[in-house]
Amino acid sequence: MSQQEIEVILSRHLAEHLVMPIFIVDPAGDLIFYNQPAENILGCKYNETGLMPANKWSTIFEPVDQDGKPLSPEDLPLMIAISQHCPAHKTFWIRGMDGNLREIEATAFPLNAQAERFLGAVAIFWEVAK
Amino acid sequence: MKITLWGTRGSLASPGADTVRFGGNTSCISVEGSEGTLLVMDAGTGIRKLGISLPENLKRVDILLTHLHMDHLQGLPFFAPLRRPGVEVHIWGPASTTLGLSHRVLRYLSPPLFPVTLRELPSILHFHELPSELIEIGEFAITSQLVVHLNPTLGYRIVDGSTTFTYLPDHEPALGKSTFPRSKEWTSGYALAEGADILIHDSQYTTDEYQERIGFGHSSITQATLFAELAEAKKFVSFHHDPGHSDAMLDKMIRQASAEIRTALKLVPGMEGDIFDLTSGD
Repeated sequence: MSQQEIEVILSRHLAEHLVMPIFIVDPAGDLIFYNQPAENILGCKYNETGLMPANKWSTIFEPVDQDGKPLSPEDLPLMIAISQHCPAHKTFWIRGMDGNLREIEATAFPLNAQAERFLGAVAIFWEVAK
Repeated sequence: MKITLWGTRGSLASPGADTVRFGGNTSCISVEGSEGTLLVMDAGTGIRKLGISLPENLKRVDILLTHLHMDHLQGLPFFAPLRRPGVEVHIWGPASTTLGLSHRVLRYLSPPLFPVTLRELPSILHFHELPSELIEIGEFAITSQLVVHLNPTLGYRIVDGSTTFTYLPDHEPALGKSTFPRSKEWTSGYALAEGADILIHDSQYTTDEYQERIGFGHSSITQATLFAELAEAKKFVSFHHDPGHSDAMLDKMIRQASAEIRTALKLVPGMEGDIFDLTSGD
């Protein structure tokens, strides 16, 4: 049984204590944890799904830009943090589980750990106030 | 593999009549391999007595520091081999984002905190930063990983042939968890402790004390026992005893924790001077 690195475990601890949706992905971009507020966006529970491949979670919200054009997975902040190892922020629209489009902001940052270990990335979402 | 406990106390040395059996010296353990290689785990005050016991013709010693808190470093300048010309002393410890390991160790081992700098000693010093997936020192294969404690802190898994020893003296795997233990995958230190023949683990607090000291970086003896059971360690040696706990108090804590064990795990009180010889199946 492999074990998550301590920085990832601590990131999960933090996510579990916050009320904003938080996603944690591994270096491949696969979703390894999301907290309860994020469950409401994804429409499924972490305990039931476990790991979710990048190509699944990045399309499940049907993300679109301000013109309604679909965003490719590599344009999402979390995937930018993974591919470029730098923080990223973007405002875009997603379709929630209730079918409604919502304008959200997302900030993602890479988990660049000591000893040149790259452990994945964390993203925080929030809905833009109307 | 022969493991000797030279210091089992946490936080602060606590000599006195009421700590005679468990000992008052802070963290230090020696590990002697099947081919004679010597490892020293941490350099608390217990390292002084270890240093005196080592043969004059010692050529090399490797000191593996878990972290640089004083109770794990204070004894280093009193380690006799450091004062012997030509002895190779390799110091391994956690990396930092700011200063190198040698600079951080020398912060303590230099005036005004200490009258002599390590550089003035005649031994040959080498510093190595961790964690690392695997290093080999003599017959030992050593894995190090960062674990939950305040400031970068390592745990070690040491393998010699078919025997495994895990050292997690300062560790709070239950931090932030409403229930503990949870899954193996999400438990700090699990990969280091999995299936260990001997697990030496932080057991500083009682359950009540832990509730008042959440986030201090340590475990209750109950949490440590649960961790050992999760990891399916064969033997758990209690360690890093609170300086305020007398021998009688530690006896009571171990009795209570032993009564809660529901697996084949064996809980052994970690006492200064104890020797565990894994080659003899100890």
